[in-house]
Amino acid sequence: MKVLVPVKRVIDYNVKIRVKADQTGVETANVKMSMNPFDEISIEEAIRMKEAGTATEIIAASIGPQQCQETIRTALAMGADRGILVQTDAEVEPLAVAKILKALAEKESPQVVIAGKQAIDDDSNQTGQMLAALLGWSQATYASKIELGDGKATVIREVDGGLETIEVSLPTVVTTDLRLNEPRYASLPNIMKAKKKPIDVMSPEDLGVDISPRLKTLKVIDPPKRESGVIVETIAELVDKLKNEAKVI
Amino acid sequence: MTNLVIAEHEEGELKGATFNTVAAAQAIGGETHLLVAGSGCAAVADAAAKVEGVAKVLLADSAEFDRSIAENLAPLIVGLAGGYSHVLAPATTFGKNVMPRVAAMLDVQQISEITAVVSDDTFDRPIYAGNAIATVQSTDAVKVITVRATGFDPVAPEGGSAAVEAVDGTGDAGLTKFISAEISKSERPELTAARIVISGGRGMQSGDNFAMLEKVADKLGAAVGASRAAVDAGFVPNDYQVGQTGKIVAPDLYIAVGISGAIQHLAGMKDSKVIVAINKDEEAPIFQVADYGIVGDLFNLVPELEAELD
Repeated sequence: MKVLVPVKRVIDYNVKIRVKADQTGVETANVKMSMNPFDEISIEEAIRMKEAGTATEIIAASIGPQQCQETIRTALAMGADRGILVQTDAEVEPLAVAKILKALAEKESPQVVIAGKQAIDDDSNQTGQMLAALLGWSQATYASKIELGDGKATVIREVDGGLETIEVSLPTVVTTDLRLNEPRYASLPNIMKAKKKPIDVMSPEDLGVDISPRLKTLKVIDPPKRESGVIVETIAELVDKLKNEAKVI
Repeated sequence: MTNLVIAEHEEGELKGATFNTVAAAQAIGGETHLLVAGSGCAAVADAAAKVEGVAKVLLADSAEFDRSIAENLAPLIVGLAGGYSHVLAPATTFGKNVMPRVAAMLDVQQISEITAVVSDDTFDRPIYAGNAIATVQSTDAVKVITVRATGFDPVAPEGGSAAVEAVDGTGDAGLTKFISAEISKSERPELTAARIVISGGRGMQSGDNFAMLEKVADKLGAAVGASRAAVDAGFVPNDYQVGQTGKIVAPDLYIAVGISGAIQHLAGMKDSKVIVAINKDEEAPIFQVADYGIVGDLFNLVPELEAELD
């Protein structure tokens, strides 16, 4: 059984974002880039499936500029078998990403696509669900546990009120939540080995996908700043201020 | 221009975020219709008909809509979408699960988690965990939108008198089966709907110590939350989590206890009206966003706070 895992190159989660002065976006020049953390969880889950003998091959796919090869190499060093880079310098919105992944899924016929629930740059939380819709497959979002069965998978989902267990038919698209697993670090020998693993490079046009954007970003600005407050000395003073100054209790 | 809002409901009641989503639809302008889809949910439709400013309620009462399975709900919404300029749902795990499926079937690029309406095709949405705000304009014929509840004051649950119109089911897609749910039960208000929230962080040291926060919460009618550090340490379940990777809250009063104020936590609560921080480390970043801070040992201060509220 093949598993397809999309991996996105994003600004590293530890980097403090700076909005560009001309309000066209955020500064990405000379900023550390990494694999989207939810995608690391997806790769880890696929590797565990392979270690358990349920998955036979793990394909890591990325969409974006040439540098996404590094993101794919990270996935290969963790344990993915081969990579696909759909190379473009254009900004690709979730709907177009889903269309590209659909074309890849039709080519590769995976039984499971494991995607991060969202990317930490645009915070859209759309791609997995859109891919499932375009393929006509089942979807299991926000997974905190995945158990593969015969022609089906049982998935525990993180929902607002607690947890939900569903059974989805295969093939399926699963999106990963934080508590699914803790991704491993790639060992040095595996990093060396990953350099020899193959990465196919193609373009959106090769796959027949139109990636023209549907949204226009008019501006990107800093969020409103909070005025810093006061330090109080006692609980009595705090409660007095909450009652009489802020009037919230 | 007519907007369709997908109502979220549970155990016969409309969920709070539905009222904020109706408010967002009204900010766009035009008529607002509310879709109630479920199984045995006629009472919800009656409640929906009373929501302020709702012109019509569509009731899809059929077995396949039980438990809001996205593969079954999406074809229903897609079938109705042709008659609408905007289709909106709350950006809860319910709305976030089903709406992208709808958008893809309509060949529309969804606009996620809007916090403000600029015009009928232009919206503000936070990106990078709220560290930047993007203003985006949609060129799609139908706008598919999820709404971050904290961006819009809810409409009143009473005051309307809309007609209820039944719509047909669309059949079971046969892809996904609901097995079970483990929903946390609490007498306290729900985190995202509470007027006051008190949250604990790693400084709480154990799950048992959250009892101190619960006592304060009971005196204030507050919900209890936690930082990701407290969840990761196993003190409390994940549905307590406030932050970028948990719930986004904006109550009138947010009390952060033993929480340092990591960016990921601030992303989930910095829009609260009044923020109080209790922390022993005066350098903790939480004090930079707090309106009122108190530096000291939470194990003395929290019981003191509880006593002072008598």
